[in-house]
Amino acid sequence: MRKVYHKIIKISGNVITVEAEGAAYNELAEVTSARGVSLAQVIRLDGNQVSLQVFAGARGISTGDQIRFLGREMTVSGSEALLGRVFNGRGLPRDNRPEVNDEPTAIGAPSVNPAKRIIPRNMIRTNIPMIDVFNTLVESQKLPIFSVAGEPYNELLARIALQAEVDVIILGGMGLKYDDYLIFKRTLDEHGALGRTVMFVHTAADPVVECLMVPDMSLAVAESYALKGKRVLVLLTDMTNFADALKEIAVTMEQIPATRGYPGDLYSQLAGRYEKAVDFDSAGSITILAVTTMPGDDVTHPVPDNTGYITEGQFYLKGGRIEPFGSLSRLKQQVNGRTRSDHRAIMDAMIRLFSDYRSTLEKQSMGFRMSAWDEKLLKYGKRFENEMMDLSVNIPLEAALDLGWEILADCFERNEVGIKTDLIEEYWPERA
Amino acid sequence: MEQEKFLEPIVGVNGNMITVEYSGRIMQNEVAYASVGDARIKCEVIRVRGKYADLQVFESTNGLKVGDMVEFTGELLSVELGPGLLTQVYDGLQNPLPLLAEKSGFFLQRGIYLRALDRERLWHFTPMAQTGDKVLPGDRIGFVMEGVVKHYIMVPLSWRGEYVLQSVTGEGDFTIDDTMAVAADENGETFKITMTQHWPVKIPISDYAEKLLPETPLITCQRTIDTFFPVATGGTFCTPGPFGAGKTVLQHAISQNAEADVVVIAACGERAGEVVEILREYPDLTDPRTGRSLMDRSIIICNTSSMPVSAREASVYTAVTLAEYYRQMGLNTLLLADSTSRWAQALREMSGRLEEIPGEEAFPAYLESLIASFYERAGLVRLRSGDTGSITIGGSVSPAGGNFEEPVTQATLKVVGAFLGLSRERSDARRYPAIHPLDSWSKYPSIVDRQQLAFARGILHRGSEVNQMMKVIGEEGTAMEDFVIYLKSEFLDYTYLQQNTFDEIDGATPAERQKQMFNDVLRVLKTAFTFEDKEAARKFFLELRQLFTDRNYMALESAEYRDQSALIEKLISTGSRQDA
Repeated sequence: MRKVYHKIIKISGNVITVEAEGAAYNELAEVTSARGVSLAQVIRLDGNQVSLQVFAGARGISTGDQIRFLGREMTVSGSEALLGRVFNGRGLPRDNRPEVNDEPTAIGAPSVNPAKRIIPRNMIRTNIPMIDVFNTLVESQKLPIFSVAGEPYNELLARIALQAEVDVIILGGMGLKYDDYLIFKRTLDEHGALGRTVMFVHTAADPVVECLMVPDMSLAVAESYALKGKRVLVLLTDMTNFADALKEIAVTMEQIPATRGYPGDLYSQLAGRYEKAVDFDSAGSITILAVTTMPGDDVTHPVPDNTGYITEGQFYLKGGRIEPFGSLSRLKQQVNGRTRSDHRAIMDAMIRLFSDYRSTLEKQSMGFRMSAWDEKLLKYGKRFENEMMDLSVNIPLEAALDLGWEILADCFERNEVGIKTDLIEEYWPERA
Repeated sequence: MEQEKFLEPIVGVNGNMITVEYSGRIMQNEVAYASVGDARIKCEVIRVRGKYADLQVFESTNGLKVGDMVEFTGELLSVELGPGLLTQVYDGLQNPLPLLAEKSGFFLQRGIYLRALDRERLWHFTPMAQTGDKVLPGDRIGFVMEGVVKHYIMVPLSWRGEYVLQSVTGEGDFTIDDTMAVAADENGETFKITMTQHWPVKIPISDYAEKLLPETPLITCQRTIDTFFPVATGGTFCTPGPFGAGKTVLQHAISQNAEADVVVIAACGERAGEVVEILREYPDLTDPRTGRSLMDRSIIICNTSSMPVSAREASVYTAVTLAEYYRQMGLNTLLLADSTSRWAQALREMSGRLEEIPGEEAFPAYLESLIASFYERAGLVRLRSGDTGSITIGGSVSPAGGNFEEPVTQATLKVVGAFLGLSRERSDARRYPAIHPLDSWSKYPSIVDRQQLAFARGILHRGSEVNQMMKVIGEEGTAMEDFVIYLKSEFLDYTYLQQNTFDEIDGATPAERQKQMFNDVLRVLKTAFTFEDKEAARKFFLELRQLFTDRNYMALESAEYRDQSALIEKLISTGSRQDA
């Protein structure tokens, strides 16, 4: 029987400090209070003073409550029995079904040895032209969607998840609105994908600390599946909530903040999660798609800024569309040379012309005269926005490339698009 | 000399820092091992206060308890030096990663430390010293060939005073642990010299006669660098830039093409995927200077962002120490650190745990001096043997929010000789390399004439001014003369500054070809063209630009290159004939 400690000497925020012997760093404990039993985790040892973050929050904890150390760290089951299930931020079932305890896997396991990684090589098809054509998603990529509150980022996430050819989808929700959780669940169910999905959902109504566990649990399960050869897609929404929870604990622990109150190790903390994206040498893979909401649409805010330095590009969702500027897939070069011979040419030419269209719009708004070329660009830009950028467009890559040629031919002459002659001859559509 | 190993108990754990209550003798930066279960995890003393010592732990501290014992070794954090370092891939503490993968599989298990060098491999030793020779630390006993590198076996650099060689092993094949010589000190005590030695990473190797002024350009085959913002052999440079501006691509391009004998790449706190590209691609790439694999001249220190933070702090020191060791062989070494901001952040994390009074943006107050002393380890030196050797250091900087006013960028700018600032504006416009031609600077001499260079810079400056002006008053309101200057600056940008890293020919322009190209471009810049209207001017320069950029992809002195040059001549002369 493990010893029970009673002497809580400090309660501050969601962190309590207790006098105890023999507690290990990162160990779990149970706090029994009038409100029930909650899990807590050791986050600092200082002599016989042990500080713990309490998952259910410290509200209602009294100085005389009981603390029992469990002698183990946080684990999550890595078994296939998780498929189709929903759990909360503590890893307990949210769907009124029994707990799953087989194959316990430590969360926050060490990093993958870089020598065991391989260069990513498989495209993930999403049937969204702005992704497939212009910023191709690659298996094992880590990519956030930068957005602001109110944008349809969760819909986009769900859509990519449904259309991506992966074996398992893991959803990690942090501070998710309950409605959004229900929408995710319904969408997955409607498309028959619930059976290959595991959800760890922390809703906005749940205690903040529980949010911290969500990425680690999702990724530990993903790792366990990937090692069994599965291709796993992990969706994390919203990582800004995760960063805010980190900030809250750091401030409570009186850590010196770095920028805008966020702790100095924000970069390492985010990297520790995102770097779990991997293509294993001789096993499966993990692809991470995350949502990072940018407070005030400010990309220099510490969370999107640090994220941008960690991830392999970003999708910038603005006005309900994926913006071609600001969006980037760093891994697209690995795959778009092997899709269709015109892929790169179409990608470059259409973006360049779209950029010209944007400057023409600027000129137009300043009242400069529109030349014949400007008129062509305006026509092109409108078509591009409506037929390529609109999120309702749902066509495979090849059809999107054909559409690209069709739009170009409709708006320009052959020698105006800046594409190499041999490709023009092969693909330029003849007008009826 | 050997200190006794002793054990002290842990009294506190805070993230990756532990506090130990000690009674014995403790040295700053001493290495210690904390025991947790069967694992011994490496730590380093970073502060001693009263009866407590704070240690940074190089791995996860999960599971450590108050009362667990820490074993002090009496040694500073060191690396092993000797033949076999080249082609290796190490973590920040010189753990060989491929070997670790064989041993512990997919994940970096904590508490496993492997020997940095292969103890079984045989090296062909040729002696250079004789029995009875008086030698100093750093003196050469003999050499082995490590690929194309003549790797000298030296009297350990950490020894003090003069020694007399009692014996020197004859020519033959030996392992790194075999005795190559025996030396006696002034008291007659004898010591063995093997092929390996240790050196503490945080202390510079300063065994040389004098430091020289770096003045010879280190050719990187990147036109913007070699011509406009040159880097000297033995100099320092930094490449700050926001995310997505192409810092890493530029560093890879430099590491592949730079005319250095040894390249040490420190992937410090960045993406693992980028290192994987190096690991998987370099073995198949050829070093144009030797015709051998690029890997043969490279050492990769890889402590990516999700690997332990304290080891990230150590990794840049590990890298520079290895570079210094090869400098002692009389070689030109190049150290590329990507990114020094992550290193600074590691310092910040530790400083926060130590509850030090923070400086700007919570970076420690000593950040500047640490950055300065790191870059000061670069330099061109004349060794005591008379050879010269050098270390060139290039650090990428990842400023928060892409804002160069932040402390790491500013501290770096104070100490480097060249600043290659990458700009979001240029990378968004797909103008690569995104080195900003107006904001960047270099204190080193260029491969082209200074006055010609100043002329070309002037065009860029005025072109940019005209461009700004045109945004306000429109193209119609701009004078023809100004408009042509703008077109010339764009021409220079497109045909010379921009370079396609992924193309075999355009990606690497040797010095001679650069000079030739620069002269060709300069001639266009200096020619006074007159045009009927702006449309004609634009058309002329677009056409000329196309011809020049196409030629950039052609092999020098090929038939197609000559044909293209003829076309260029023809077009320029038609343009000039429009002269009034």
